[in-house]
Amino acid sequence: MIEFLQQLINGLSVGFVYALLALGYTMVYGILRFINFAHSDVFMVGAFCGFYMGKHVPAHSLGGGLLVIVLTMLICAALGIIIERLAYRPLRGGSSLAVLITAIGVSLLLENVGQLVFGADPKYFPELFPAKVYVSSSGLRVSSNQLLVFVVTAVLLFALQWIVLRTRTGTAMRAVSFNAQAASLVGINNDRVISFTFGLGSALAAAGGILYSMNYPSIDPYMGILPGLKAFVAAVLGGIGNIPGAALGGILLGLIETFVKGTRFSTYTDAIAFGLLIVILLFRPAGLLGKFQVEKV
Amino acid sequence: MRRNILSVAAGLVCIALAAGCNKSSDTPGATSSSTGGAIKIGEFASLTGSEATFGQMSHHGTELAIDQLNAAGGVLGQKLELHTEDDQSKQGESKTIAKKLISRDGVVALLGEVASSRSLEAAPVCQENKIPQISPSSTNPKVTEIGDYIFRVCFTDPQQGKVLAQFAHTTLKAHKVAILTDAASAYSVGLANYFRDAFTAAGGQITSEGKYSGGDKDFSAQLTSIKGENPDALFVPGYYTEVGLIARQAHDLGMKAPLFGGDGWESSELVNIGGAAVEGTYFSTHFSPEEKDPVVEKFVHDFQAKYSVTPDAMAALGYDSAMLLVDAMKRAGSTEGPKVRDALAATKDFPGVAGKITIDPQRNATKPLVILQVKDGKFHLVEKIAPQ
Repeated sequence: MIEFLQQLINGLSVGFVYALLALGYTMVYGILRFINFAHSDVFMVGAFCGFYMGKHVPAHSLGGGLLVIVLTMLICAALGIIIERLAYRPLRGGSSLAVLITAIGVSLLLENVGQLVFGADPKYFPELFPAKVYVSSSGLRVSSNQLLVFVVTAVLLFALQWIVLRTRTGTAMRAVSFNAQAASLVGINNDRVISFTFGLGSALAAAGGILYSMNYPSIDPYMGILPGLKAFVAAVLGGIGNIPGAALGGILLGLIETFVKGTRFSTYTDAIAFGLLIVILLFRPAGLLGKFQVEKV
Repeated sequence: MRRNILSVAAGLVCIALAAGCNKSSDTPGATSSSTGGAIKIGEFASLTGSEATFGQMSHHGTELAIDQLNAAGGVLGQKLELHTEDDQSKQGESKTIAKKLISRDGVVALLGEVASSRSLEAAPVCQENKIPQISPSSTNPKVTEIGDYIFRVCFTDPQQGKVLAQFAHTTLKAHKVAILTDAASAYSVGLANYFRDAFTAAGGQITSEGKYSGGDKDFSAQLTSIKGENPDALFVPGYYTEVGLIARQAHDLGMKAPLFGGDGWESSELVNIGGAAVEGTYFSTHFSPEEKDPVVEKFVHDFQAKYSVTPDAMAALGYDSAMLLVDAMKRAGSTEGPKVRDALAATKDFPGVAGKITIDPQRNATKPLVILQVKDGKFHLVEKIAPQ
């Protein structure tokens, strides 16, 4: 039982990071109907921002750590907006395949520039927050970093839900996602809404990058590829375009992965996780929370 | 349409992954002074990537040997020229690099690699072209089984597994040991097998075998289930990047069982990544700079003078591989592949810095092992175990 609860905690701490990353995929998809493959590299850039800034704040301090997270989120939000402005906006209105391939190009560009600037060897991520391990009387252990992942992710998820449902910009985002042409007819500046979406998604990816590196403190320019892929799968699993779906998908994928890794089949983790995705999509093609829409051809 | 986009996206993911794995390396390596008619020696090493410190230390050792040999006038009246290529610690690079070094640069012999999987990739190319290859520190027995042109200057994993099993019995007094293996690495899987055979043959019990793949970051699931079985010790035959993370997560999960592993651990990065969690862990390796031996002391002194760091086993073996190759060229009186090969095969009691090298009929070197312990962020010599 203790082992089960311990695996649950392990799984949730991975799943929450997938969830943060999946939100970026799903928001961009909801509005532009394309997969932003460069998203996972923004995650990597976030980790490296944390790495460089972490050296300039006192180690093991809550204030310093939070400052690094906020600054990194701002930097990556700017990066996301710039990527959209330079790479994707000129192609808007063209074929969706062109944008998709551009996204892969941007992803490769970020990885290789990262390798040039940061170096290809893995770096050790500094300890930003006070590191403690809490042990329950029954032997269940939670590290302070895991708790931080839960708290920061929960706060960001609620903030996102509030922005999308309660603010004017959020309403505009939903309008554009529903029907971009109609939205511009009623006076919504689509470009600004799209920029905002990219900024928001990238900020979440940056936070995810730092939280991930705190738990697994070895970072390199290719660190985003696998979590990015998993988060993309999580977004599809939850119903791409659907925000609570992405969060649910991420958490679910993290849990499945951890429980499989805890058994003898640990080397088949990815095979089982992705196999499950295929099965779910066979029965629910629109994902767990996605609405199936009949399309007129 | 929506589902079409998704299927296209899935296809593109595969393409992107494939592209990511095949980026060609054009990183020019360090080459020493080139003069007309120099003897060209190729070296491939993981100068960057996840096993970067291995490749760099090994390369430093090789470079030091070549520099010393050139300062002493070279060999056969010619200077030596080292051609180094970086394989970025990636699978699939080494074969291309070996082909390039042999056919384009025209090297007469190849030195490399640390990782067994990458030595195995290059070995068939060397065998086919009748170019002798000396691996400084690949311990998987399959490496030299590729053919009669492939040699090594280190011990092999069957030997290492036996010694580690003995160490677990006598020094750690462990009866139940859990193993956590990197299923994607030939070295890790091999060493785990040899350890298991030797340990169970001596009456020990293996509680369970967890598996991961190199590059993984999260091991908490495997460690949680291992912890549930209460082993006396945990054997991790992997490489230092993952081992550091494993030690850290085991520590966070409150595992009390001591960790121990093989020569894949030896890197300063182990302490950087593992921090306090690797304190008190043990690993076996080829060489300790603390040994009281004039040959070792001179090497440590020269190495520190040139690179201002203390050499480790990878540096010592990198040095030995180059020294042995040149010694064989001298004995052969030629740089032709077949002649150098015969001379290498006839090596007896060559005084390497990491122990005397005698090449056996399987082209392996039988040598003593040392067990080191991590204490205060440094590696200290615990014991030296001679081969049986």
